[in-house]
Amino acid sequence: MKKAIIAALSLLVLTTSLAGAVEPSEMLKDSVLEQRARDISKGLRCLVCQNQSIDESNAGLAKDLRILVRDRLSAGDSDQEVLDFVVARYGDFVLLSPPFKLATLALWLGPLGILGAAGLVYFNFFRRGFKEVKTARALSQEEEARFEKIIDQV
Amino acid sequence: MNTNAAPELDIDDSAELPKPRTGMIRIYAIPLIGFAVIAVAFAIGLTMDPREIPSVLIGKKVPEFSLSAVQGRTLGLSDTDLRGEVSLVNVFASWCTACRQEHPLLMDLAKRNIVPIHGLNYKDKPDDAQEWLDGLGDPYTRTGADINGRVAIDWGVYGVPETFVVDKEGRIAYKQIGAITQKILDEKILPFVKRLQNEGDAK
Repeated sequence: MKKAIIAALSLLVLTTSLAGAVEPSEMLKDSVLEQRARDISKGLRCLVCQNQSIDESNAGLAKDLRILVRDRLSAGDSDQEVLDFVVARYGDFVLLSPPFKLATLALWLGPLGILGAAGLVYFNFFRRGFKEVKTARALSQEEEARFEKIIDQV
Repeated sequence: MNTNAAPELDIDDSAELPKPRTGMIRIYAIPLIGFAVIAVAFAIGLTMDPREIPSVLIGKKVPEFSLSAVQGRTLGLSDTDLRGEVSLVNVFASWCTACRQEHPLLMDLAKRNIVPIHGLNYKDKPDDAQEWLDGLGDPYTRTGADINGRVAIDWGVYGVPETFVVDKEGRIAYKQIGAITQKILDEKILPFVKRLQNEGDAK
């Protein structure tokens, strides 16, 4: 029983993640082309919903773009040509993975920069600590006496 | 008690007591400053509308297209119609509620005869589009029925209503995403139109 439930649940999870929003009527007969279309669609943002790809979105514009991608592929466009076609109309924002260029430098290198800065602070902190140990002074006679007294009490 | 002695150290008997360290204060200030920077960045971010994506087509020629008029109208719309004078291109649809909201403003603007408004009817049924124009009034000089939405994609349209300001050479000068309000019209669109109209006269 338990196994059956797990199997049913995992089937549900699997199918929902695989399905996307592509309708059978949109699909190309050529399975190689269709797969390329799916792969391209997964990287294109649905501008209406913004955080879904056009492959996952049920929005009207997403459907139109899915069909457009398939039309371009059928017309003989390469994957890059299809992407360029869409980017020429909607800008880099339509790509879910932003391209690496001057305008996106902070986006790509920012986290590395922050990590570097944190590392520097961390390193400084420890070096300082190490220095302090090195310059520690011995106990004075008074302190020594107090120390002995405390130890004796224990 | 010697068993408790500290491990071998380079002990300096002459060392002074450690001074209060200003460096520590600086270190503790780092997360605070970091927080302040992020807070300011987020505060600015909150005032911006993530749905407004700047068009990449600003400054570029309008895409080539040719559409027949909305059912019941005679003048269609193509890219060649958008040359020679400054014009507005309004993307609308009968199923779009925000279009209904901005429609009276377009009617009013059309009456003032400042700038021709052309209508790009986006993914509408011909009957619905006709009913819309007959019922609510027709502010458009020319209309184009983009029934499958392909021309709108060439214009980078992702939501209706959208309104483009096109200059005399047929280049897209400005794009308004979402419904026009009186404020947007007076402070953004019309100043743009007037500047573009004057630009040509100065030459």
